[in-house]
Amino acid sequence: MSQHTEPGSPETTVAEHAAKPPLALPDMSLVLLVGPSGSGKSTFAAKHFGRFETLSSDFFRGLVSNDENDQSATAAAFEALKHVAGQRLRKGLLTVIDATNVQPESRRSLVELAREHDVLPVAIVLDIPESVCVERNAQRTDRTFGASVIKRQHDQLRRSLKHLGKEGFRKVHLLSSEEEVAEARFVREPLLNDRREERGPFDAIGDIHGCRSELETLLGKLGYELVRDAEGRPVDAVHPEGRRVIFLGDLVDRGPDAPGVLRLAMGMVRAGHALAVPGNHEAKLVRALQGKKVQTSHGLAETLSQLAGETDEFRAEVERFCRELVSHLVLDDGALVVAHAGLIEKYQGRASGRVRSFALYGDTTGETDEYGLPVRLPWANEYRGDATVLYGHVPTLEAEWVNNTMCLDTGCVFGGKLSALRWPEREVVDVPAEQVWYEPAAPLGRAAQASVDERDPGLLRIDDVLGKQIVETRVFGKVGIREDAAAGALEVMSRFATDPRHLVYLPPTMSPPATSKRDDLLEHPADAFEAYRREGLGQVICEEKHMGSRAVVLLTRDPGRFDAPDGWRGVVHTRTGRPFFDDALTDAFLTRLDAAVSAAGLWDELDTSWLLFDAELLPWSLKAGPIIREQYASVGAAATASLPAAVSVLERAASAGIDVGDLLDRTRRRSEDASAYVDAYRRYAAPSQGLEGVQLAPFQLLASEGASHLGREHAWHLDIARRLVDADPDFIRATRSVSVDLTDPASEDAATLWWEELTGAGGEGMVVKPVAGLTRGTKSLAQPGIKVRGREYLRIIYGPDYTETRNLSRLRDRDIGHKRSMALREYALGVEAIERFVAGEPTWRVHQAVFGVLAMESEPIDPRL
Amino acid sequence: MLVTLTSTAPEASNLSHLLRKHPGKAQVFDLSVGQAHVFYPEANDERCTAAMMLEVDPVGLVRDKRFRGGDASTLAQYVNDRPYASSSMVAVAIGQVFRTAMGGRSDAFPELAAGTLPLTVTVAAVSARGGADLVRQLFEPLGWQVDARPIALDPEHPEWGDSRYVDLTLTGDIRLSDALRHLYVLLPVLDDAKHYWVSDDEIGKLMRAGEGWLAEHPERDLITRRYLAHQRGMVGDAEALLDGDASATDLSASSDVAAGDAAAGDVAADGRARAVQERSPSLARLRAAAVLQALSDLRAHSVADVGCGPGALLVHLMAEPAFSRVIGTDVSARALEEAARRLNLREASDRVRDRIQLLQSSVTYQDSRLAGLDAIVLMEVIEHVDAARHGALEASVFGAAAPAAVIVTTPNSDYNALYPSLPAGEFRHTDHRFEWSRAEFEAWAASVCERFGYTVEYRTVGDVDAALGSPTQLALFRKGGQR
Repeated sequence: MSQHTEPGSPETTVAEHAAKPPLALPDMSLVLLVGPSGSGKSTFAAKHFGRFETLSSDFFRGLVSNDENDQSATAAAFEALKHVAGQRLRKGLLTVIDATNVQPESRRSLVELAREHDVLPVAIVLDIPESVCVERNAQRTDRTFGASVIKRQHDQLRRSLKHLGKEGFRKVHLLSSEEEVAEARFVREPLLNDRREERGPFDAIGDIHGCRSELETLLGKLGYELVRDAEGRPVDAVHPEGRRVIFLGDLVDRGPDAPGVLRLAMGMVRAGHALAVPGNHEAKLVRALQGKKVQTSHGLAETLSQLAGETDEFRAEVERFCRELVSHLVLDDGALVVAHAGLIEKYQGRASGRVRSFALYGDTTGETDEYGLPVRLPWANEYRGDATVLYGHVPTLEAEWVNNTMCLDTGCVFGGKLSALRWPEREVVDVPAEQVWYEPAAPLGRAAQASVDERDPGLLRIDDVLGKQIVETRVFGKVGIREDAAAGALEVMSRFATDPRHLVYLPPTMSPPATSKRDDLLEHPADAFEAYRREGLGQVICEEKHMGSRAVVLLTRDPGRFDAPDGWRGVVHTRTGRPFFDDALTDAFLTRLDAAVSAAGLWDELDTSWLLFDAELLPWSLKAGPIIREQYASVGAAATASLPAAVSVLERAASAGIDVGDLLDRTRRRSEDASAYVDAYRRYAAPSQGLEGVQLAPFQLLASEGASHLGREHAWHLDIARRLVDADPDFIRATRSVSVDLTDPASEDAATLWWEELTGAGGEGMVVKPVAGLTRGTKSLAQPGIKVRGREYLRIIYGPDYTETRNLSRLRDRDIGHKRSMALREYALGVEAIERFVAGEPTWRVHQAVFGVLAMESEPIDPRL
Repeated sequence: MLVTLTSTAPEASNLSHLLRKHPGKAQVFDLSVGQAHVFYPEANDERCTAAMMLEVDPVGLVRDKRFRGGDASTLAQYVNDRPYASSSMVAVAIGQVFRTAMGGRSDAFPELAAGTLPLTVTVAAVSARGGADLVRQLFEPLGWQVDARPIALDPEHPEWGDSRYVDLTLTGDIRLSDALRHLYVLLPVLDDAKHYWVSDDEIGKLMRAGEGWLAEHPERDLITRRYLAHQRGMVGDAEALLDGDASATDLSASSDVAAGDAAAGDVAADGRARAVQERSPSLARLRAAAVLQALSDLRAHSVADVGCGPGALLVHLMAEPAFSRVIGTDVSARALEEAARRLNLREASDRVRDRIQLLQSSVTYQDSRLAGLDAIVLMEVIEHVDAARHGALEASVFGAAAPAAVIVTTPNSDYNALYPSLPAGEFRHTDHRFEWSRAEFEAWAASVCERFGYTVEYRTVGDVDAALGSPTQLALFRKGGQR
């Protein structure tokens, strides 16, 4: 196989014989067809490449000028062509340029384009006799070039041939006759770094630097069994479960036994028990072994003197092994990338000099710091890629996740430890260094310390949230967030919401059922039951809808988990992320909740240092006091003053014998409606002072350390709530519930009766939920809950007079569809945020999903639904 | 929604002739604002009462675009006072149902129409921003005896106090036409929230309905301002007309503007009521001048005004050609739109547009578009950010964007003692999350310098009190060692 991912001389294949093997084209390449006009490039391209893969200069000339042969449009056509080619290359799509490409300067800009996108430039030369080209052109009616043009192009091609390698083409296929052109076949080859089919499980090991003994200990701790040669030297290691090691480079230099490490690593790679990527120390070793002049500082001298005691064959094998290592590997369906110094997203799976350089040396600025060490940019802090990146290179004190990347160089040779990460378990395993083998130039961990001070990876970037965002959710696929919706949410999130590091979840909006067909109601339980029955559900649970505000409560005993100062207990926030209380009251609230959680024994039982509750906070007037006074009471005052006055005037007119029609009756009814409305809002106004009169009704325990509880049955959640109620009945309020068997009409009737009683006594209504929590329906995710609100409560939503027939008939026309779809998408985002947080993903990943919920809430939708 | 007019003049029932509504039957009028019912609860020679009841359709109110011009945030709610209160909608109904009587002409009873009548007018639940006091101030100078009874917000919650509604009874010897015109003008003025778009013909309506009484009314300014929905241009034109200045009759000069804008502005101004004390010789202007001076001292060319709002400082920055690159950022997309309008960017040349960029951004998020500038200005921004989020602000401004200089201005809370109307411990603006004393500001600045490698110089803005310092404090941070 060709070495087309790595630098070296280009490989030129000359198709000399008939029935030749197919010609190789790397997956990630920009292919230039090179040949004079009339050499048959377009026909050739149509035969070998896909409809969109070929970008023809003629076609682009047509696009920009309406005339494929308008030579004055050439510059504009190439500008457009390069733009399109660039967009394709950015996506990693093989792209073919169908243009004569016979002049070096026209090729140069395309080679640059390939390099810019870190793909390989490839040339396919159609070198067929000039006479054939002239003849073909003559047959065409749309071309007016003379034979002199073709001759000039042919000459240019001939002069170009031997320079193509120097120009940067990494592969040149020369087809020098009509037959060869006709017979050519191509095969697409993945790049050497493309090992996506390797799915592990793996154990990635950081910089070893000749610490053979620690490596053996670590392999043992990881469960590998060493295989030794006749002299007792380890030459392989085998895991009983078939796990494989990934060596992240820098096997050699500085430490006591580089040859021993190489012997073991090479043996494991040879036996298929390990993969390896090269480190900068291997790169330098290769040059030294090839006899090139290199500085032997930074530990190379030690390796060379150790290798001096080995055989020539061994040294040759080391040179070959290190030379052939591929700079980085993409593994596990693209979920894992390994490279010695790490790799930014745009370089992953690409091949170019700078990709290799980044993979080996990192993002260096060319400057050195006060210790003489190269200044490196903290690329990982900026990393936003989907693939996990494992790397080494810069010694740090602890292996830690930074934005889905982990540096596993924990400075073993400097007396730190040797670390490995289990994949996909994401578990760090390490062994301490046996001694300081080599004095570090700078204190260990200096780099990590400096970068933390400079730029906090917990800091969010504006492009994490602004612009069109797509959040990949595990329960609902991709959820798109509109650009204007994100823009609308930024202000709320920045100015009013709690710190994003503490904002793990926002609850989704909740849809009502389809509008009831009953005469005097907008909402009725039957429609919610029917909706779930259609989703194929047999069991639902009805939970009382509390007359409070939705609240998310994060309670923690480990502020460090949330990057918060000592003594911080968590946050109580609204559905838009706004804290309910000031700091002192929050602390008092959470202290009391902590006591209840302790008394209920939940800390130990769930083995957690934090809990995240979805709850209702009562009374509503706590948050909505101003709205109740300024909006609800105000309208009530006007209505209860004016309507009785109107009734009285109408009565006088009627008794004077004036026919006032149905106006009097109607006004009397409206007057009663107004009183009912005042009764309805009054139920939401209860006095509270500090925490006095405040109650929390938790109805779901969303998550705790290491576990999302969204897939648990609601009965489990309500049981937890009940235990909290038992612990502190004044502070924690129970949520009443009724289970419903959707196949049993009697069960439904009982639940409906329960709802009627609940709402008849002034209750807000109930929420119907699938018993099992997170549930899939027949088509997609089932709604997490459907709210069925009471007739009287809806007066404060739809107005005092909404029950008047002429009003109700018009109000039935409401669009539930949009609300339902939004409820599902918001739910998926909320679930995703929790899963990401529980999995220890970086703040920005959690925040993206949380921000998405808030953004969706800024979409215009009927606020009464 | 309910107005009654009672005359106790001899042959009182003549009132019906003036109103031109038959006393023996109830009549219904379909109007733009709803259905108006006119009927007579009593009509005899001693006493005659006409009643007008307006039924506003609550669902139509929400769904009809016509009504969204005014206070959209209120009218968009089904829970709305319009169907119950007597407001500008009732005024419209009076104008339409009693147009002839309002005009004061009666061919059949010219003398009756020209003379005063002993009238009693009741209006139920008048929406009165300003309360019973304002109601009296508006009606008493017109010869009415006023009984304005405030309506409690909720009798079960006496602690909530009164609503903005009053039950109103007016008595006096007044011409019927005048009485109707008083109501027509003063109900919307008390309501101060017009339900329709205010256009130029409102001035004409006001002049006609106010003829003979408005010019001399002691509350003329308030009446004009509120009736014309606080549209400054129109109010000016109306004032000139009332002063008899004929040159102002070219009404085409003022434009059709949505009352909503002005109302929103007014509400915002109310919300910022506490900021009023700061206004003396425009501290805002002094602040901008101080920032410009600092930028000039820095010889800055590329500048970002972070939290630029509607662009007050950007206007100054754009006026100075030395600033070759100006960026304004704000969290609010709407504020940026306003800034673009204020800077007239739509009509600006390419050269101007190349100099300025308006970006939606947030100080608590890192924004690479702000990297590498000569200076970033945080003018009256930091006090609007919760202290808990300052870490993120510092990391994004001083850490990530890392300009050569940062200028921060913020209120000096020491100076608050010199604002007599500001209660101790309160802030100058309702959205201020805190206000720093000079010592607190300097402690913060010193900590930023230490962590991010800046040095700081402090400056005063506004009158300096020997003990308490200046009303605004300014810190000028420079990256690196030397001043």
